[in-house]
Amino acid sequence: MLPVYIIIGVVVVLAIILFVLYNGLVRLRNQVKNAWAQIDVQLKRRHDLIPNLVETVKGYMKFERETLEAVTKARNIAQQASSAGAGERAKAEGELSSALSRLLAVVERYPDLKANQNFLALQEELTSTENKISFSRQFYNDSVLRYNNQTQMVPSNVVASMFGFKASEFFEVTVAAEREAPKVSFTQ
Amino acid sequence: MGVLLILIGYFLGAAFDSAITGLVIAILLWVILSLVAYFQGDSILLSMSRAKKIKRDDHPRLYNVVEEMRIASGLEKMPDIYIIDDPALNAFATGRDPNRASVAITSGLLQKLNRDELQGVIGHEISHIKNRDVLLMAMCGVLLGTIVLLAWYGGRLLIFGGAGSRRSSSSGGGGGAIIILVLALVFMILAPIFAQLIYFAISRKREYLADASSALYTRYPEGLASALEKLGASTGQLKSANKATAPMYIINPFRKKGMKASDLSSTHPPISERIRILRAMAGASFNNYDQAYRQVHGGMGVIPAASLTAETVPIATMKLEGEAGEPTEIQRARETSDVMWRMSNYNTIICDCGAKLRVPPNFKEPQIKCPHCGRTHQI
Repeated sequence: MLPVYIIIGVVVVLAIILFVLYNGLVRLRNQVKNAWAQIDVQLKRRHDLIPNLVETVKGYMKFERETLEAVTKARNIAQQASSAGAGERAKAEGELSSALSRLLAVVERYPDLKANQNFLALQEELTSTENKISFSRQFYNDSVLRYNNQTQMVPSNVVASMFGFKASEFFEVTVAAEREAPKVSFTQ
Repeated sequence: MGVLLILIGYFLGAAFDSAITGLVIAILLWVILSLVAYFQGDSILLSMSRAKKIKRDDHPRLYNVVEEMRIASGLEKMPDIYIIDDPALNAFATGRDPNRASVAITSGLLQKLNRDELQGVIGHEISHIKNRDVLLMAMCGVLLGTIVLLAWYGGRLLIFGGAGSRRSSSSGGGGGAIIILVLALVFMILAPIFAQLIYFAISRKREYLADASSALYTRYPEGLASALEKLGASTGQLKSANKATAPMYIINPFRKKGMKASDLSSTHPPISERIRILRAMAGASFNNYDQAYRQVHGGMGVIPAASLTAETVPIATMKLEGEAGEPTEIQRARETSDVMWRMSNYNTIICDCGAKLRVPPNFKEPQIKCPHCGRTHQI
């Protein structure tokens, strides 16, 4: 009789370990999904803000046609990339970020615009949305790191490959333009 | 602290009737106070500090900064935001679980801090919510309160009460009973002091952890450091704080001017030390904070070993004071006072001559004349 009990005991312990590891992986994967949804919300918000911004700024910035067009174009490309994977999307959004920062750098030259209440409110929204994008990206990448570590480390990697938990992609901004300071050209 | 409470209950009971009665009284008292603190703690605290809840439109920047920190910390629900109309500089977080949390900030602090500093302070408060410090400190506070109460009444009863008479009528006692009585008396005196010290130690540890989390969320320890510098330079005391609510605030609201030592007898670590640790950080991770702490303070680290990871997180690049769109201190002061007036139901009319008319809620006339230029305005 005794060996039967030992076998049952071992099976039960193994089952419990399996449950714990599996649930841990599911929790981390859900956190990654949730974090991705957060980024998504903020990116959409930025897309929605831009036409409004361009509309407000247009009247004041007669000589900045190119800068404004670049922003609109980058926004449209980014919007089309919405359904693409994390890597491609990050690239399109990075382009948009740099186009926007060029625009906001140029604003310094228009004191009338800087006094416009409407513009100030928009600028606060835009600054905050940029921050929210980078904070949600930060949280997403931390979640992905934790999740990927779990899917690769012993013993949870066994459970991960058994149930098809795949590693997630990081949301990295690889565009060089976002890292360097925005260039302001004084030729018109 | 729980052990202390049970012991004090035991001795109290032993000195009078039976140890069990004392235990029951102690535990009952503790349970009742805990339930009150758990269910009503946040609303009691908020109404005691006369905080007013704001909506997004009342102060978009504050709302945005709180939302940014919520995202960075991965908190699921947006906490409620309150403003306390007080020129003193302070902020606190409350709420029994992360889904039912509030952040409060004084109007004084709101107008003193720029965006990066505000982010640091809010990050500190959000991490109190995220780490569930609010609940921990409330429960510790209740435990401390119960111990103090019991010790106080117990001490009075022991000295003036019927201990002697009861003893003569009961089974005769002897040497053992007197030893217990003396032990009980000593314990009554020491228990509250020990409990207080333990409470302070826990509180300080959570403050360091919240500073570290804030640096991690913002990736910018200098923001919180410079906010703390401003907080440290101020001398005003918060009118509406009291001893029970002290550990909830970002700095100790009872700090006297020039008080620094405060090593064992304060809910908060000295501000100067917190600033030095933040500025000594080589990166923004918990690990970097722990190293900085050991470097400044010496001895063991302060972050729980389980949260330490080997990585170093880079600090965000230096941000510029007075960047585009960043309001100056005067603009912030105007903005904050507008919010305060609006929240007391005052109607603000901006006259063409630039004067601002604040119309009180009980002003019944249909129109008002600008005292500066004489134009009349419809209300």
